Amino acid sequence: MQLTGAEILLECLKEQDVDTIFGYPGGAVLNIYDALARYPNNIRHYLTSHEQGAAHAADGYARVTGKVGVCMATSGPGATNLVTGIATAYMDSVPVVAITGNVALPLLGKDSFQEVDISGITMPITKHNFIVKDIDNLSTIIRRAFHIAQDGRCGPVLIDIPKDITAATTEYEPRQPLPLNCHTESITDEAIDKAVQIIKSSKRPLIYAGGGVVQSNAASELIEFAEKINAPVTTSLMGLGGFSGTHKLFCGLVGMHGTKTSNLAATKCDVLIALGARFSDRVVSNVEKFAPKAKIIHIDIDPAEINKNVDTYHHIIGDVKAVLQKLNGFIEKRINNTEEWTEQINHWKAAYPLNYKNDGKLRPQYIMERIYALTDGEAIISTEVGQNQIWAAQFYRYTQPRSFISSGGLGTMGYGLGAAIGAQIGQPQKRVFNIAGDGSFRMNCNELATAVEYNLPIIVVVFNNRALGMVRQWQDLFYDSRFSQTTIDRATDFVKLAEAYGALGLNLSRNEDVDQVLETALKSNRTVVIDCEIDQDDKVFPIVPPGAAIDQLITEEV
Amino acid sequence: MNRHVISVLVDNESGVLSRVSGLFSRRGYNIDSLSVGETQDSKLSRMTIVVRGDDKTLEQIKKQLLKLVDVREVITLIPESSVYRELMLVKVKTDADTRAAISGIVDIFRAKIIDVAPLSVTIEITGDESKIEAFVDLMRPYGIKELVRTGLTALKRGDSKIQA
Ligand SMILES: Cc1ncc(C[n+]2csc(CCOP(=O)(O)OP(=O)(O)O)c2C)c(N)n1
Repeated sequence: MQLTGAEILLECLKEQDVDTIFGYPGGAVLNIYDALARYPNNIRHYLTSHEQGAAHAADGYARVTGKVGVCMATSGPGATNLVTGIATAYMDSVPVVAITGNVALPLLGKDSFQEVDISGITMPITKHNFIVKDIDNLSTIIRRAFHIAQDGRCGPVLIDIPKDITAATTEYEPRQPLPLNCHTESITDEAIDKAVQIIKSSKRPLIYAGGGVVQSNAASELIEFAEKINAPVTTSLMGLGGFSGTHKLFCGLVGMHGTKTSNLAATKCDVLIALGARFSDRVVSNVEKFAPKAKIIHIDIDPAEINKNVDTYHHIIGDVKAVLQKLNGFIEKRINNTEEWTEQINHWKAAYPLNYKNDGKLRPQYIMERIYALTDGEAIISTEVGQNQIWAAQFYRYTQPRSFISSGGLGTMGYGLGAAIGAQIGQPQKRVFNIAGDGSFRMNCNELATAVEYNLPIIVVVFNNRALGMVRQWQDLFYDSRFSQTTIDRATDFVKLAEAYGALGLNLSRNEDVDQVLETALKSNRTVVIDCEIDQDDKVFPIVPPGAAIDQLITEEV
Repeated sequence: MNRHVISVLVDNESGVLSRVSGLFSRRGYNIDSLSVGETQDSKLSRMTIVVRGDDKTLEQIKKQLLKLVDVREVITLIPESSVYRELMLVKVKTDADTRAAISGIVDIFRAKIIDVAPLSVTIEITGDESKIEAFVDLMRPYGIKELVRTGLTALKRGDSKIQA
């Protein structure tokens, strides 16, 4: 049938089973928005306050559902407003398709009104991007974009569509989505066997799980594997939820804010099995001193990650789930003798638990623990960046994959509220919390308007320390307490701000009120902002000083 | 740091050159030269890139290139089993006294004088880099007014094709 480019776009989204998009209209996408309104489709479009919010929402939606998140913006400033969101998704390998309008083909390259080379701008932060220059390529490009976003290591793909392409017409024929390759060809018996031999001879194995475990839905395979080889499990920030935080083999985060147990284990282990993790500098810190005694087995879908940051002893390239299934098939229970190691780990866990000052003051760590208790650990937690992010990672136990939503790679302040919106829409039956610092919240709190408009019962917990806490912490610890530009004792009243947006605003200043305020928020079933007045100098511990080995961590004096 | 010659088969899409060069610059890989042109199949282009780096860097470069959607194939062309060629145009100062001597060197190198002006000649020469550099050294005393090189282009020796 003959359809316009805008209609073909909607048909192709339908082919991909897309029923949700986040976006913001403008001149260059008028035809698309017009089609959304008049051409039959099942797509629910969510109008955000800012394109950055739309990009983060698409990302959050993708992270909690495992589907591709879709966002849309107009040309020029609309497109550039997506950039931080696209970069965030890129660093964390999240499947997102971003659609931008552009000026009509004859105006391209002429510095036309609201023209920007978004394909050029996003080249280094997308897996791939396209400019549609011929309507006959439109459907092929959209199909390829969805395929690329999900195939192998996931990531964002951008499609830039000039305005005249969306108005032109051509023949459209529906197609099935391109099949995804499971990348199992490189998982050979020899590679598996070699890994098994290494594990068999190890006395002190450690599993280091990353976001790849979550992405490939390998959580149950990981539990089977860890139990079979009786190895403790540590995770990167992105790996949280990939292995249950309540499992007896779980040791907590590793790296800059890792637990002492995990960091000691990584330093002492004789075999380190990295699963869908990339040895980022936040994990490794000092490369020379990272896992110095270990034979590293690296299992990842992206060949370029092997030997990129650390030298490995053995690797298997492939989808983590597929590799684990095969490994589990090869391994009989308890192939190695790790009793002493288990004892050592349990000793460290008992000796060095995560802790915080329990002096009756309101503490963010305690609030996280109470959120965990009051939601039975069933909530989805999105975070901003800074201390709030690490407290949220440390003091809530993530028992399910896709329950911790955070900008790990880019560290994007202002990510969490948009992401929470996407998460709540993707998982409407779940309770969604956005854990925020006052600095991060102030960056993109405009999205409260979106949450309220769509009746999303998101609870924003602002750990209000009137500071850019994480930076202040570094200034305190490593810059002789010179607090340069990190005190943000602004006059903003977050409770009133929430009310102005039509959300429920609650204040929390006393430790003994935590449960009651959280209960009120949960029961209200509205968008809620809780302004938690915490101490300006509460710190995140442990912390590994810059450049140090990860076992040289600073811990809290309680 | 070793020099490596890599041959990259790419889809002939607009933007592919910036994707490849952008990758090199943002990851801090050193390019000595890059040449690109269509292959026997007009949908494909071949880039010949001369890079500097240790073996680990080379490995990363190849893997990162392969992650680009437009890149079909990446191989290293090792000197023993490859032919390397480069083309140079060089404009050398001449006068009546030096013209004959220059012309003699041009003959020995199987180069070609492609333009003669009262005060200069323009010479075309192809060869591997050592030949080109030797020629440049010999021309320098006469005075090089301008010089342009295409950068290396290369193929594997023998019957085998680079393209799988
Ligand atoms: C967009 C952006 N700008 C700057 C930074 C640098 N940065 C990292 S943490 C941080 C402080 C965050 O402050 P706040 O949101 O109040 O959280 P807190 O650390 O106090 O919990 C800053 C400025 C960043 N990560 N992202």
